[in-house]
This record gives sequence, structure tokens and C-alpha cells, in this order.
Amino acid sequence: MLKIENLTKRYRTGDLALNNVSVSVQPGQVVGLIGPSGAGKSTLIRCINRLVEPSSGQVLLRDENLTRLGKGQLRQARRRMGMIFQEYALVERLTVMENVLSGQLGYVGFWRSYFRKFPQQAVDQAFATLERVGLSDHADKRADALSGGQRQRVGIARALLQNPDILLVDEPTASLDPKTSRQIMRLICEVCAERGLAAIINIHDVALAQMFVQRIIGLKKGEVVFDGSPDDLTPDVLTRIYGEEDWTRTIRKPGNDEAEDGAADEDQVELMARPA
Amino acid sequence: MAITTLNDTKIWQRRTPPQQLLVWAGWLGLVALFVLSWQVMTQDTIWLFVLDAPQQAADIGRRMFPPRWEYMDRLWKPLWDTLNIATLGTMLAVVVAVPVAFLAARNTTPSIHFIRPVALFVIVSSRSINSLIWALLLVSILGPGLLAGILSIALRSIGFIAKLLYEAIEEIDEKQVEAISATGASQAQVMAFGIVPQILPAFAGITVFRWDINIRESTVLGLVGAGGIGMQLMASLNVLAWPQVTLIFLVILGTVVVSEWVSAKVRHAII
Repeated sequence: MLKIENLTKRYRTGDLALNNVSVSVQPGQVVGLIGPSGAGKSTLIRCINRLVEPSSGQVLLRDENLTRLGKGQLRQARRRMGMIFQEYALVERLTVMENVLSGQLGYVGFWRSYFRKFPQQAVDQAFATLERVGLSDHADKRADALSGGQRQRVGIARALLQNPDILLVDEPTASLDPKTSRQIMRLICEVCAERGLAAIINIHDVALAQMFVQRIIGLKKGEVVFDGSPDDLTPDVLTRIYGEEDWTRTIRKPGNDEAEDGAADEDQVELMARPA
Repeated sequence: MAITTLNDTKIWQRRTPPQQLLVWAGWLGLVALFVLSWQVMTQDTIWLFVLDAPQQAADIGRRMFPPRWEYMDRLWKPLWDTLNIATLGTMLAVVVAVPVAFLAARNTTPSIHFIRPVALFVIVSSRSINSLIWALLLVSILGPGLLAGILSIALRSIGFIAKLLYEAIEEIDEKQVEAISATGASQAQVMAFGIVPQILPAFAGITVFRWDINIRESTVLGLVGAGGIGMQLMASLNVLAWPQVTLIFLVILGTVVVSEWVSAKVRHAII
């Protein structure tokens, strides 16, 4: 569904952030993107929706070449790619509802959006989505009045309001505590499963990635050095991605899942935890 | 940083000896310059007049007191004019300054190399001329009256508001803008949802602050014939009607205190 072919990005400073990266993502597949800081994870995600312009190569979303689109077409294509950010990137002085509805901006004309006259169907969807992420009571609060975990839920709701085909997720848990991190990862993976969304998730926490995603891509210095199942992440592989270190404690041991994660949240179904 | 070793102990000093010497020389030069300037400044002073100053001031003070309260009847209208000059001038300035600020801010300007310098030039030229001088110019172009006052206040304020506003625009959090762009929003929508909410508090603060300054400035515009209470001040000074001058001073003081209070309240409410 998403095909990245020979993508290269060289910044004007001369730094080669991505070097000939080719990856394809199947519909509904949740991919974790790991790698050291500066490996090009954020650049890769931003090259997909062209917040960063790639230097060469192409990105195909449902066979449409995103790298060739003009401004207007790019805006239409961006509607199908929901983005979730590390520090939430909510508009702090707007309410939760306005933030969520801003996911619909690509579908609504300027004056309607300026006067906040969104179509009732969009408002219905916003309420339903807020309910889904567990924030129905907070619709009228200002975004800066929420806690970190709640803000990220707003970020997720905003991305979902775009009715996307794919979620581009940039370090969703880097500013959150361990428990909230798991809840957010679980929520992202659950909504992907419910709606058949694909997702690419940049993540620093290897153990957390293993816990939730179906496929892991390891990036090092702008190149793909690993692409496979989370279970294949051996100390050798992590050394290849990050460099020399004792990795044995970082990696989830098969059969350890339940003890580690099962008790965390009583009645939430763990869609993504695979029996080892 | 100077680190030296003395008997195996490391000694740390803020500056190395040459640096220290340089600092002392700098201070010495400053003091010498001050003494020299004082001499140049006072060489034409007639000290007899200076020694006389307390008596002169006391004399004028005696003539200024008590204020001539009845004169207030003739001040209400010019006072009202003064407030209108300040308020209308500020509003007019806002209308022009907001687009100029967006054109001048590095992150919103349509063209860094062409339009931004033009916008910056508008800002600098507006700021470099005091409203009193704008008023002098406009009174000779438009003739005396309120309109000249309003326009001179506006012309001076455009640069002030646009400068502070474009600095606020350049300081916004780009991630919020990025997030709105990523939804597929149009340029105008990115502006309305990503940028405007972020600069709104700064905008309100700047505008009210400028209005507050303008009230003070508009009280003197009348000195050159641009309407308002300054005209009464000029007239009273010309006929040496000191008790009227006192009253005008009191009225101006009261107005400024009130406007300061209002702007503090408004800023507090918005930020």
C-alpha cells in the first residue's frame, strides 16, 4: 500500500539523512522504526508526507506517486496520512475539540473552518473519536490544560479525523512515563487494527516496540540494516543497529509478555501481544 | 578563565592577568571620558542662572497654584478629541501593521529576498520618525485638526506594532504549524489554526500597550496644531496662564493613569 523506493535525502548542510531507502508497507501493517538518534527516522517519516522534501527516489501511496504531486494534490494526499508527533504538537491555545476538528481541515473550506462551522458529520465523528480515545469529558478544555498522555490522545484523535489510510507516528511516547507510553502504544495499535490502518512508528524504546508492532525496521546512518519480525531482534542485530552494548536485557524474552504487560491494564484487550 | 598552579594547588581566577589589566584600563578610560564630557557640557553654562534656578522654579510654582478649576469646562471637548486621536490612530495602525508583520516575518513572508526587505523598510521608516514630527509634516499637508493627529499617531504606530508582532510570529512553535500542514490544510488554514492562536496574546498585549503610549503622545500633538488637549496647553502657555497649565497637567496625568490601568487590566485578562 505504501511503497518507498530508493528514497534519498541530503540536507543543504550536506548531511546525508537517508541513503537509498526502499521499504514497502502492507495494508493494516504496523511497522516499528528503530535506530539511534540521527539515523534518519524522523526524516524518513517526514519525507513520506513531504514535510521534508526528499532529494531523490519516490513514495507511492496506493500507487500514487507522492513525490511528483503539485501543491493542491499534495494537500489532498496529506489528508490520507495522519501524523502523530513526539511532543503532541497540539495548538495549545485552542480547545481539545478545535484540535480534533483540525484533522478535518483538508476537507473543509477556509471560511467554514475559520468560523468553526464544521459539517455536523465531522462534529459527530469528532465526538465519537474523542469517546474512543477516552476524552469525551474534555472536549471543551484548552489543550494546554491536559496531561501528557491526554494530549497525545488528542493528537491521535486529530490524526484519525483525517480518515487516513496510514498513520505516520514520530516518537509518540518519548515524552511520556512508562505506563502512559504503553497505553498510548496500545491505543495506536488498537485503532490501527479496528480501522485496518497501516502505521509507521518511530520509537526509541526497543522493548516497547517489540511488545506492540508486527514488523521492525532498523535504520542506521540513513540505511536500512534490519527488516523483520520483532522476534528476530537478537543482540547481534541490535549491535548492528546501535553499536556495541550488552543487549540481552533489552530484548523481550519469549514467554515473558504476560508477566510484563498483562497486569498493567485490567480490562483492555491486548490486540497486539502475540503469544510467543 | 585562568588556572595556575602554585605549590601543587590549582588556583582559579576569573580572568588572566592581561585580561584583568584590560578591564581596569577600560574603567579608567570611561571615568576620563566622563570628566571630559562634563567639562565640554558645562563650559557655556552661566552658573549664576543655575544658582538662581530654585527661586525661579518656586516663583513659577507659586503662580501655577491653585489650578483654575473653572477652565475644566473648556477642556472636556479637547480631552475627548485626544482620546479619539489615540484610539482611532491605534486602530488604523493595527489594520496596516498586521499584514506588514506577516510579510516581514521570516517564516510567513512570501519572499525573503524581495517582499521582506520592503516590509522591513516600511517598519523602519515608520519607527524612525517621532509622531510629533509626523504631525508637523501632516499639519502642513492637511492643515491643522484631528485628522492630522490621527494619521500621525497611526503612522508612528505602524512600525511599532508591526515590529513587535513580526518578532512574535518568528518565535512561534513551528511544530504546531507543521502538525496543521500535515493534515492537508491550505495555507490560509495553516495561518488561521497554526499561527494566529499562537500570536493572539502577543497581539493583544502589543496593541493595548501601543494605545497606552498613544494616549500620552496625543496629548502633545496639539502643540503643533494637530488637535486635542495639547492645543489648549499651547494656548495657555502662550498667554502665561499658569493656573490653566496646572489644570491641563493634572488632566493629562489623570488620563494617563486611567489608560495605564485599563491596559494592565486588558493584558492581564488576555494573557
